[in-house]
Amino acid sequence: MSNKPYRLSRGGTHIDRTKKVQFSFDGKSLTGFAGDTLASAVMANGQKLFGRSFKYHRPRGLVGLGSEEMNALIGVGEGVRHEPNLRATQVEVFDGLHAVSQNRWPSLAFDIGAINSKFARFLPGGFYYKTFMWPQSFWKHIYEPIIRKAAGLGRAADGRDPDSYEHVHLHCDVMVIGGGLAGLTAAKAAAALGAKVVLADENPTLGGIGDLTAGSIDGACVIDHARAIGAELLAAENVHVMTRSTVVGHFHHNYLMIFERVGDHDPALLADGAPRHRLWKVRAKQVILATGAIERPIAFANNDRPGIMLASAASAMVERYGVAPGVNGIVFTNNDNAYLTALSLKKAGINVRVVDSRSRSDGTLVERAKSEGIEVSMGSVISAVEGNLGVTAVKIAAYRKGQGRVITERKVACDFVAMSGGFNPALHIWCHNAGKIKFDDALQSFRPDRHADGMIAVGAANGNMDVSGTIAEAVAAGETAAKAVLPKAKFSKFKAPDVKEPTRAPLESLWFAPATGNYNEGNKHFIDFQNDVTAADLELAQREGYESVEHTKRYTTFGMATDQGKTSNLNGLGVLAEATGKSIPEIGVTTFRPPYTPFSFGSIAGVMTNKLFLPIRRTSVYQWHVDKGATFEPIGQWRRTYTYTAAGEDKQGSITREILAVRHKVGLLDASTLGKIEIKGPDAAEFLDRMYTNMFSTLKVGKCRYGLMMNELGFLTDDGVTVRLADDHFLMHTTSGGADRIAAWLEEWLQTEWTHYKVFVTPVTEQWAQFAIAGPRARNVLAKLDPDFDISHEAFPHMSFKEGKLGGYPVRVYRISFSGEQSYEVATPSNMGRGLWNAIIEAGTELGIEAYGTEALHVLRAEKGFIVIGDETDGTTTPIDVGMDGLVSKKKTDFIGKRSLEQSYLKGPNRKQLVGLLTEEPTDVLPDGAYAVRVVKDKPPMEMIGQVTSSYHSPTLERSIAMALIENGRERMGETLSFPLEGGKVMRAKIVDPVFYDKEGARQNV
Amino acid sequence: MLMVHCPVCGAEGDETDFHGGGQAHVRRPATHDPATVSDHDQRDYLFIRHNAKGLHFERWRCDRGCGKWFHAARDTVTMEFKAFYGITELPPRALMDAATGEWATYFRDRLKADTAS
Repeated sequence: MSNKPYRLSRGGTHIDRTKKVQFSFDGKSLTGFAGDTLASAVMANGQKLFGRSFKYHRPRGLVGLGSEEMNALIGVGEGVRHEPNLRATQVEVFDGLHAVSQNRWPSLAFDIGAINSKFARFLPGGFYYKTFMWPQSFWKHIYEPIIRKAAGLGRAADGRDPDSYEHVHLHCDVMVIGGGLAGLTAAKAAAALGAKVVLADENPTLGGIGDLTAGSIDGACVIDHARAIGAELLAAENVHVMTRSTVVGHFHHNYLMIFERVGDHDPALLADGAPRHRLWKVRAKQVILATGAIERPIAFANNDRPGIMLASAASAMVERYGVAPGVNGIVFTNNDNAYLTALSLKKAGINVRVVDSRSRSDGTLVERAKSEGIEVSMGSVISAVEGNLGVTAVKIAAYRKGQGRVITERKVACDFVAMSGGFNPALHIWCHNAGKIKFDDALQSFRPDRHADGMIAVGAANGNMDVSGTIAEAVAAGETAAKAVLPKAKFSKFKAPDVKEPTRAPLESLWFAPATGNYNEGNKHFIDFQNDVTAADLELAQREGYESVEHTKRYTTFGMATDQGKTSNLNGLGVLAEATGKSIPEIGVTTFRPPYTPFSFGSIAGVMTNKLFLPIRRTSVYQWHVDKGATFEPIGQWRRTYTYTAAGEDKQGSITREILAVRHKVGLLDASTLGKIEIKGPDAAEFLDRMYTNMFSTLKVGKCRYGLMMNELGFLTDDGVTVRLADDHFLMHTTSGGADRIAAWLEEWLQTEWTHYKVFVTPVTEQWAQFAIAGPRARNVLAKLDPDFDISHEAFPHMSFKEGKLGGYPVRVYRISFSGEQSYEVATPSNMGRGLWNAIIEAGTELGIEAYGTEALHVLRAEKGFIVIGDETDGTTTPIDVGMDGLVSKKKTDFIGKRSLEQSYLKGPNRKQLVGLLTEEPTDVLPDGAYAVRVVKDKPPMEMIGQVTSSYHSPTLERSIAMALIENGRERMGETLSFPLEGGKVMRAKIVDPVFYDKEGARQNV
Repeated sequence: MLMVHCPVCGAEGDETDFHGGGQAHVRRPATHDPATVSDHDQRDYLFIRHNAKGLHFERWRCDRGCGKWFHAARDTVTMEFKAFYGITELPPRALMDAATGEWATYFRDRLKADTAS
């Protein structure tokens, strides 16, 4: 590596030499020009080394021109703004930019991990599967931590991202992907017919590689022609042009995602509050794919040394940024196009020679190169590269197509190599959503074939590598797409422009260049640079029997890096084809998956972070809870009070106080979140009979009944009390978390199975505030609120319903109990909820009323052995399992889940059944989910016979209680089970009836 | 991201505005004659689905719109929707003729029943 600056004295269409920028790379302060990429600015300072490779930690330099770059992955930004794994070719430099290289320690030039390279022999393809197989315990403690440390890409930033991100939804007639000559021409044609067009390009400027293309259009050079169209489109009303915007994915029915880097290149924009990234979600009626083509590297020995790059990248360095890749270069090619690079380099005063694997070519560019005095070696390949951190010399060997060994070679000094193995149409987006592709012999690559969505490929993306053909094709595609949307539009009379461009001789595939020494031995012909997969790895996989290319891909990890095989895919297929004697189409292709390039998590989240992450539902009494020191717990989107801790109290203390208040005095619970669904209509009763396991048509008006709901599999999904308000009118209560699900469930059956039922299902959860007043003094509270409301046990018994006024508020009162105490649930319209709550508190204060939260609620119900769906049931639990056979109707011929309950597998022996547990040691509280085992052993595995579903300390009983689902539990009453816990402790507990308190239910019935 | 059309309210939108409800025209045996449903029939009703390559009849719900269930016919290869029709309705005749598996039987039976009544 030389420290001599590489900035040429002239040239550089993208840079502004009057504007200098200061930036840092690995702590070193460097100078570049406005318009530079990080890649060009660093190279201009004489640095070729950009990173270390993934597996072998080999020194790596720049290879690509844009998004295909696989080596120069760098981290940009400091602190919480640090973003890893960005391609240096796409990062625009600005004053104060802070960049670091990755995957090296302690420094880029001296990296300890590079020792992997010495052991490369022991890290062949599939080494993960071979080397680290045993012993199994080594994985967790030795292999994985070491691999994680030594391999890997950049580090994520610590801390919260300070920037903002946006989502935008967009609909258009025609979406054009790519703003090169093809895309611009197609967009113009579509827009001229009146279509609403969106054009997106990943680069900061339009024109694609027009500036690196030979020829002229109507006397103008290609890039000027393209940019003129770009200016027209920017001015057009019906065209939306986006730059720095990568189409990262194409999905069904022409749904596209565009990742726009809004503020990355300019900190001033971010400071002004612009979002850093935007994610566009576009629904297009037609799509035109104009993504161009990506140059292929050539597989030759040590083709990954810093200083070896794609010919197109070398051209871009010179033409766009006025940067010389070196002083003495070699262009290694199998096609005519790379001669343009040779001419470019020569013109910039760089010493260059061409090594061409073909035996001859009579193309215009070849002739011109020769006439300008560039030395051309036909029938030659590079057989060796010397140098480690940079290239010092190469060996050039004579070659005839198919030759596997080097016969004669000579050494030539040089400091960089520009390679070109041909071009691959960028088909990724074509393939994201199952577009079909076909192999093209002239290109020696795949090109688009058919697509089920409205998508047309044009230009280089369609394998069309010449200017005149591209223009004709793009105009036709633009008009065809527009006409598909606007049938009345008329095709224009296409008049071909006057295009002058070189004639080209055909390329000749070169999948593997023979190396100095024995065949393949010790040489690294890199195919996938980012994942360090060589031609030898692929051949090894083949020899080991990985016949399918998809298996080879997974075994060797070829094409699986963040670049998704942009440069490696076809070269790998070429190697496999030669190794097997099959053709490339016979080998087949692997799948291209979105995203085209990685994009930020921030853009995926958009504005949906922090408070906007999830909507929060609050009851009408929420503020009262906050004021009283409530701790909240999420129940679906609701926030419910877990417990109210007073000053000087801990949570266990407040929970105990709340429970004892309900058992001995009176408690008040905000139960507004309870799901409420009104069911009305002449067939309402029959409908409920279908939905519940038990009978509701027999329920009398004004009465309440607890109901169980199953799914069609016979498993419990919900429970709750339903009230008959009138003959044709019911109010169903569901679990707080199940309200929306159950409403949708009822609707589904009503609409799809019993379509003749005349029933309306109306969710009314939010319409009602509902409070449970529970405890021996509950009735006294009601009496204080309104002496005229008849609350005598006779007039208003347990499981009945009354409407009236309490404390001046209109109420529905249900005498139902989830605590086992005398209990009234009082509902009032939500907007009066806080008023009624205050009135109850006021009336109850002298009776010792205390508000209680969900934890007290759960302990109270567990003391009574009441189940909670989701605690005592797990989605495979039947009503019989929880001992509720009595609630499964024998009279009804059909209800949801009935037939399934009769299936042999639900009737069979050894079902887990609900039981109560009392630990031998009353202070031991079993952990939730603890397993009961048949026999305790020193270490797992032990045979599991059931698990704890709920477990609490019961202040009422002054000991622990638990419920559990245990194999044949009801037959095991009195048996003592063992529960081995983490750390070797074993708790022992006796199986008892799950009702721990007030077994006869006397307390609620007074 | 499929583009779905609700035949009830006319809403058109991304599939995330809708709820996919699986295979359409599955007969629930217990609705018709709960006494004679065999274990085998019940198993088929619960678990066996026709994983068709090509023409597929399915159920959707207009989740963010009118809330109604409806039917769709879709090609599982090209993802193209061939028809949207009401939840109690049958698909266009040409699609019924092209139906495979138990759909073909279902449509034949429904048409026979319609002619009879």
